[in-house]
Amino acid sequence: MRFEYGSAPEGGSRITLRGSYGLFIGGEFVSGSSVFKTISPATEEVLAEVTHGTTEDVDRGVAAARLAYERTWSMMPGKDRAKYLLRIARRLKERAGELAVLESLDSGKPIRQTRDVDLPLAIAHFYYHAGWADKLAYAGFAGNAAFSARPLGVVGQVIGWSSPLLMLAWKIAPALACGNTVVLKPAETTPLTALAFAEICAEAGLPPGVVNIVTGDGLAGQLVAGHPGIDKVAFTGSPEVGKEIAKSAALWGKRLTLELGGTSANIVCADADIDAAAQGIVEGVFVRQGHACCASSRVFVEAPAFDDLVAAVRCRMSALRSGDPLDESTDIGAVNSNAQLDNIIELARAAEADGAVRWSTPGTVPDRGFWFPPTMFTAVSDEHRIAREELSWPVLTVSEFTTREEVVERINSTRYGLSAGVWTPDSAQSAWVAARLRAGVVWVNSFGRLDPAVPFGGFQESGLGREGGRHGLEAYLDLPGTGTADV
Amino acid sequence: MALRLTSTSRVPGRPMSNVRTIHRLYIGGAFPRAASGRTFDVLGPDGALLASAALAAGRDVRDAVVAARAAFPAWSRAAGYDRGQALYRVAEVMDDHRDQFVVQLWRSTGGTPDAACAEVDAAVDRWTWYAGWADKITQVRGTVNPVAGAFGTISLPEPVGVTAVLAPQDSALLGLVSVLAPAIVSGNTAVLVASERYPLLAMGFAEALAAAALPAGVVNVLTGEVAEISPWLAAHQDVNAIDLAGAPGALADDLAVAAAGNLKRVVRFVDPDWTAEPGLERMFATLETKTIWHPLLSS
Repeated sequence: MRFEYGSAPEGGSRITLRGSYGLFIGGEFVSGSSVFKTISPATEEVLAEVTHGTTEDVDRGVAAARLAYERTWSMMPGKDRAKYLLRIARRLKERAGELAVLESLDSGKPIRQTRDVDLPLAIAHFYYHAGWADKLAYAGFAGNAAFSARPLGVVGQVIGWSSPLLMLAWKIAPALACGNTVVLKPAETTPLTALAFAEICAEAGLPPGVVNIVTGDGLAGQLVAGHPGIDKVAFTGSPEVGKEIAKSAALWGKRLTLELGGTSANIVCADADIDAAAQGIVEGVFVRQGHACCASSRVFVEAPAFDDLVAAVRCRMSALRSGDPLDESTDIGAVNSNAQLDNIIELARAAEADGAVRWSTPGTVPDRGFWFPPTMFTAVSDEHRIAREELSWPVLTVSEFTTREEVVERINSTRYGLSAGVWTPDSAQSAWVAARLRAGVVWVNSFGRLDPAVPFGGFQESGLGREGGRHGLEAYLDLPGTGTADV
Repeated sequence: MALRLTSTSRVPGRPMSNVRTIHRLYIGGAFPRAASGRTFDVLGPDGALLASAALAAGRDVRDAVVAARAAFPAWSRAAGYDRGQALYRVAEVMDDHRDQFVVQLWRSTGGTPDAACAEVDAAVDRWTWYAGWADKITQVRGTVNPVAGAFGTISLPEPVGVTAVLAPQDSALLGLVSVLAPAIVSGNTAVLVASERYPLLAMGFAEALAAAALPAGVVNVLTGEVAEISPWLAAHQDVNAIDLAGAPGALADDLAVAAAGNLKRVVRFVDPDWTAEPGLERMFATLETKTIWHPLLSS
């Protein structure tokens, strides 16, 4: 099957999809017992058939990872692991244009985001972590002379659909750099870039079994996360599933990192540059779609600036273009799946029923595919579900505040604590707010930036552990005491 | 004999009570009875009755968590230097009352007076060691992150909030300070569940905290049955972390599962050696990392 994407900037290049993909286990694609179809959420067109991983498949994947861990990967000098990671990074770079197109097709994200944000970041994660592979002894852990940086073993990784390849890079690059082997289950709706990544592992000559990709639905994810043969679980997804995984990990004595999202907040102070704040919020929330886990943004505006900010945001939202994810001029792509579209429609309806005022950008959406227009809610109370729950799609809820003490308390009163933005030119004010917000990342006069050198992760029920930077290595090394249990 | 912490005797803010026959709980800076009024007998190594201790239950857990939560904003926002000062004062009070602790430890655990002296000295040293971390942990744990683009980013450790700390069952004083100090030094507040066998040491230590005027609620001490008290803490929605040092294996597994209900940070070390230099991991285990991004001018 071939796809034209004439207006995308990679010009004449094409992507090549196989009609059907097996599971990537022990260095080769193997067939499974049943298949499902992955579609383009923008057109509902079938892109490929993908294999449903079963219990036996996950067993095979874990066994291959264990063998690779014991025979090759954990024994390999760090400098050699680094070379494999550099090869992968290089191959990702060479195939970046094709991977961006594939990601946009399968996930519905606009090509500008996949090409200019997700791919460069994913590549950067492999380069960054390649450099750690032979320097772990210098990472400054434990302050203990006897400490040698040992890997954990076989890692089960289950990731979400919002930034599929980027999340894969977040999970696989540090795991491999630290000497672990991996069984990764990509999201049911976005398996294709993970399967392309499997090809890249083979092209890079990565020893068989070091990376295994098992596709499938939520059940396959449970099989990977709950497999008795793995030593550590890393999960990105919903808080509900995350807590179940945490319970099972506690029971089995497995190490655990969780990245569960939750709501994020933007605070706009009265003295903020309103145009810059409006631009940053629209850009950070709708266009970058952050990571989608930073996307459901609650905006708190200091009362005197409320009307101006709402008007400025509305003006910029009106200029957003929804449409073909492969078109360079598209700002907003398709919702990732029908289920997520139903979820957001339901929450929007509930918000309106509760008295929130909805404003969506004018214009029509395509007949086919899953679409939801950029939407802002005002007159939202902190108790509304739309203000408290993680959404699968960027929606702004805008409310007023009077004092900084009040706004910090309101934001901190949720069970989550992933990310926040603060808009004010007054550095004493932004420092005051940033110090008090219970959130893993605070962007001052900016929103949604990510970098492989930066630890990312949530407070409270937004997650457990950090990914990225020096801190992120801890999730993949056998350090005492900081995991769920030492086993 | 170990070098003493102070060369001159200091006057405590409040005298430590000498001998109580019925011990109470330590919650929010006060010494209340258990809400149920229940007590239990504390026996010495020879089986003789030493004293009665309060038998805490769910309501006491709730009160202790409320007190710890109330103390959290001021304690966590205090300058590291000031937290360090408050903790050094505790070490001084312990040191001033060294003889009382030695007698209590010896009566509770048996062994030789020399061993009791050595453990009290080690506990003072351990507490003093941790106190000094209050204004240093940020530099050791924090990072400045080199990122692409015109941004300055720093990542700083922050306390997780209210911690439940189950004191080890077997190490009456040294084990207790070795799990409590790393939790509170970074700005967390704590609900400590005393060793079932040695609750008198925990309450003696609570007296020292009060005498040193540690802010009310930063540490709260419950005595009683670990299997009764700890499940309330593990399931409590306003507790952010739990140190399982004092829970036997099967109970610790259950508590770890219950703690997943609100994703508490679970602190669990295998076979800790309380006499060894502690390292940093126990402090790290109750710290979050917050990253702050600042735009920079790009040219």
